[in-house]
This record gives sequence, C-alpha cells and structure tokens, in this order.
Amino acid sequence: MRNALEPGRSGSGREGVVALLGTARHRRAVLWAAFGGAVLAGLFFLSLFKGAVALSVDSLLKILGGLIGNGSLPDTRESLILANIRLPRAMLAMLVGAALAVSGAMLQGLFRNPLADPGLIGVSAGAALAAGITIVFGERLLAPAFGKLPFAILPVGAFLGGLGSTLVLYGIATRAGRTSIATMMLAGVALGALSGAMSGFLAYLSDDRQLRDLTFWALGSFSGASWTKLAAVAPAMIAILVAAPFLSRGLDALALGEAEAFHLGLPVQRVKAAAILIAAVAVGTSVAVAGMIGFVGLVVPHILRLLLGASHRLLLPFSALGGAVLLLAADIVARLVVAPAELPIGILTAAIGAPFFLWLLLRRQARPFE
Amino acid sequence: MRATLQKHALALLATLALGASQVAAEPKRIVAAGGVVTETIHALGEAGRLVGVDSTSLYPADALQRLPNVGYVRALSAEGVLSLRPDLVLAIDGAGPPDVLALIRQSGIPVQLLTEEPSEAGVLARIRMIGAVVGQKAAADSLADRIALGFARLAEDRARISRPKRVLFVLSMQNGRVMVAGRNSSAAAMIGLAGGINAVETLEGFKPVSDEGIIAAAPDVIVMMQRGDHAVAAADLFAHPAFRLTPAAADRALIMMDGLYLLGFGPRTAEAARDLMSRLYPAANRDRAEAVPRP
Repeated sequence: MRNALEPGRSGSGREGVVALLGTARHRRAVLWAAFGGAVLAGLFFLSLFKGAVALSVDSLLKILGGLIGNGSLPDTRESLILANIRLPRAMLAMLVGAALAVSGAMLQGLFRNPLADPGLIGVSAGAALAAGITIVFGERLLAPAFGKLPFAILPVGAFLGGLGSTLVLYGIATRAGRTSIATMMLAGVALGALSGAMSGFLAYLSDDRQLRDLTFWALGSFSGASWTKLAAVAPAMIAILVAAPFLSRGLDALALGEAEAFHLGLPVQRVKAAAILIAAVAVGTSVAVAGMIGFVGLVVPHILRLLLGASHRLLLPFSALGGAVLLLAADIVARLVVAPAELPIGILTAAIGAPFFLWLLLRRQARPFE
Repeated sequence: MRATLQKHALALLATLALGASQVAAEPKRIVAAGGVVTETIHALGEAGRLVGVDSTSLYPADALQRLPNVGYVRALSAEGVLSLRPDLVLAIDGAGPPDVLALIRQSGIPVQLLTEEPSEAGVLARIRMIGAVVGQKAAADSLADRIALGFARLAEDRARISRPKRVLFVLSMQNGRVMVAGRNSSAAAMIGLAGGINAVETLEGFKPVSDEGIIAAAPDVIVMMQRGDHAVAAADLFAHPAFRLTPAAADRALIMMDGLYLLGFGPRTAEAARDLMSRLYPAANRDRAEAVPRP
C-alpha cells in the first residue's frame, strides 16, 4: 500500500523530469480522462434506461428530447419515473461518489496515510451518532411538535453531527494556530470509539424497527433520491468539487513533510484547514442524503494512484470521476439485481470495487519495477 | 385502561378518516407492504387484486412465491413498487423509508397506511379499513364481527383463570444471548390476550436479557417462534444455565408457535390467542375448548 504513495513523495523532485518527458504522461492522462468520461456517460445513459420498470430506448429518447427541448414532460408513468426517480437519483449518485472519493484522496494526502478515510476526521462517526439519535429518539422527542417526524430531520441531523464532530476534533488538535495531524488522527480514533460506544447503546435502546433502520442506514442507499434532495446538496458538492483541485499543489508539497512544505513557502495551516473543512462538508452532505457508503473514499484514490501516479493535480479530478463511476455503477446494480426490491449500495461498492483493486495490486506485484 | 381504549378509538378513527381519502373507487392492483396486510387481504378473499407483497408477507406461505417481492417493508424501492403498476399501496404505518413513500405518492399512486397497534382494537380496525378500501365492506364487517366474538369469548375464559402463569417470550438465543419480550411488545400483548402474565415487565420492547434476569423473571412457561434459528429444542433450552433454574424447566414447559400467527395481529389473532391459552392451561381448557366454536 505504501508503494502506492511513493511516487508522490518524490513527486516534486520528479517534476522537472516529468516536464521534459511530460508529453507521454500527459497523453496517458488525457486518454484515461476520455475513457473515464465515456464510461461515466455510458453508465449515466444506462442508469436512465434500466430499472424495475422496462423502458424502450425509443420512449427514453422521446422523453429526454421533450425534457431538454421545451422542458415539458408527457404525463405518463414512464416519464414520471424517468424524471422524478431515475434522473435525480443518477445525478445524486454521481455527485456523492465524486465527493466521497475526492475527500478520501485529500485526506490520504493530508494525513500521509494510505488508510485515511473520512473516519479519521470524525465526520462519519459524528454523522452516524447523530443519525442514530434521530432514528431512536426523533419520533419520541419531535413527534409531539411536528405531528409526524419531518423527513428533513435525519439528513440535517447527520450533516450537523458530522460537521460538528470534525470541528471538535479540529479544535482538539489545534494549538496556537497549528493543527497537529498526529493528534488529530489519535483523537479521531478516540472519538470514533466513543461515538461507536454511544451508537451501540442506541442500538440497545432501539426497538426492532429502529434497529432495522439503523442497519439499513449504515449500508447506505439512494432510494429516496429526489430533486429536492439533489437541490439541497448539489450547490455545496459542486462548490467542493471545484475548490478541491486548488489544494493539489499544497497537498503535493505536504507529501514531502510539513517542515519541507513550510520551507517551500506553503501556507501549511491554511491548506490543512481547507482540506479538512472541504472533506467534512463533502462527506457530511453525502452521508446526509445517502447514509453511510463505505469503500469509495478509501479505495478509489488508491486505484487511481496505481493508474496515474500520486500527483494531486491529476488525482483529485480523477478521483471525482472514478468515484462517480463506481457509485453510479453500484447503484445500477443495486436497483436491478433484486428488482422490484433493491439492495443497500454499501454492499455493492465493496463488492464491485474490492476485486478490481485486488487485481490491480496483484498485477502491480507481478511487475514491481514498472 | 380508559386512556388506552380512547387511544384505540382514536387510532381507529384516524385510519378510517385516512381510508376515506384519495383512493380510487375499487383498486384492482394492490401492493401490500406488511405481513398483516397481505394476510388480511387473503382473509377477505381478495388475493386476486395483489400484484406485489413485501418480504414480511409470510402468510399464506406461498404469497411470496406467487407474487413479486418488493423487499423489506421499511426499505421499499419507489421504482420497484411502481414497476408493478399498482393503483394502491396498502402498507403498515412503519413502512418506508418516508421519502420513498413520498415519491410513490408523487407519481400519483395513493399510499394507505394502517395502524400497527398490537391489540384487539388494532386487529379489527385493520380489517375494517382494508375491507373499506377494497370495496368489501360487508365481508370485512362480518369477518371483524366474528373475530370480535372470538375476543369476547377469550375474555370470558380469561376471567376464569384463577392462577395466571408467568410467560416468557424468547425471540432468539444467539451465542447464548437471549432476547426476550418486555412490556409494550406484540408478544406481551399476545400473552395478555391468552391469559398469561408477561414475565419481564421491567424491559420495554424486545431486549437482550442477562442470565440472572431470566432467573429473576421466574417464568412458568417459555414461548418461542417456530422458525429458523428460533427453533431451539426444549432440550437445548433447558440445558441453558439460566433457563435450567426457572420453574418452566421443571415441567419442560416450552411452547413453540409460528411467528406471524402468534405476533402478526392479523385475522388469526383470536385463534392464535385461544391456541396459546389452551397450551398454557391444558387441563382447565380441555372441556372449554370444545364448547367454544373457533372464530
């Protein structure tokens, strides 16, 4: 695993060489981008086309044509399913996949740890705890005020819980305007254990219905995707995806070590704070709309490092692409395999991504000097 | 007591009021979400209208083989349900997730929710409401009346029980961890209907219990579900260090019954309670059971 990061460590040193030989590597990146883009476009079309309801290509094109042409929708079941269910769902899956993978890549770079994932900055633990509290106590506490529990409570709670616990961790690890990455990691482990304990206690308190909800939430799903949800999270996510690449120089420099980065004239503390905040917002919004989806943030960046090297300038945008591809593919499978029921997506991200990752590792070991 | 009755009456009214709105005159393609919904529709002889059921629809036993499975009742898929072209989704109150139900409603398909109340009133309310929705009001009324009669006879027989037994419902025993039914659970309600006393009233809902908690509960009878891993033979059960020390161990008193039959609170509830009662009090009930026609 450490090997995967190696090129990044010497990345800046190699920069000059790369500039000389740049064209080959450049061309490879462009090819990969074109390939990834084509796969994503294909999957997007497939996810609109395929589902529990059979839809002919003909009527799909007609509906899409109408929608793009004059923004109108025929009032048929097919078009409602396409416009209200599949379209927002596919877009949400892509956005969440991109956000999770980009934040995973940033955190692995920031922590200089190949096993870093959003768990390390407390965001998943906090979100899980907040969601658990909402599931178990929400109805009892809020139902008298609202009648029935409003849908928005769970996502908003999860988002605030995730962001809140990251801020707590950041506060713990920051002394005199300097954030210690090591302290943050250790405190993250402690906070994770603490919130794991509290989540366990919630599971104990819950009735069997709530317990099922907790389980399903922890496996993630896009089943409730709607335009409202998409509109609620898209601005934040798009902003994050646009902002992240601006940190790539900083993250590359940090890969050399904090002192080295500082001597290169990098505003180290600002890069750290920005990366942590961006990752927390990205993961917090993802968790809020789709529950916990593991594996994407951890492994997509690794796969791409194996393919493209560790420079964040390529890694961050490609992670967005790779995450979107993985989640969109996983969601298509989730919707189709047991139709008219559906599988939680967390099962599938690992089932699809892990074998691919293992294959890449094995292939690499067979030719270690490549 | 009065407060509970009022609550039941309110629940009934609420469901009926809900039932009156938006549903097409006579839905012909119904997706049922919740075992009790599927069971009740079958009991009303309207199974022909079902186009899909959820994974908890275990009775009749072949329902899931005959009909498409839309998944677990609390993890439904909007498109999956819509793909069956229903004109009504009939679901228990806990069905969801809520935003999936909202998507189904947005697509113009009414979603009817039914109270899940595990009580006599809940059973009757569910039957009457489903009857009203599928346009079988008369059939539903007569079914509900018959069941109400069964409940009334059950109450008479309960009044004759001089020494009620302490009953412990064991949901599962995995890795030696025992899950039992506390108060306000469907199992506690069923034990009450059958004239027993729930042995663990200190816990709420289905909860894991310690070995000493089992001994302290001092159950005269253990009740378990007859399905999958719940089927632990009496020998195994009473070999357990805690169960060995309960009064139930002395006469190896273990009753096993089908889960949905016992806890579903559907049309077979009065019958199930009668069944449980006659197995709890075999001597006292032998003569009574024959005198009372089964509902």
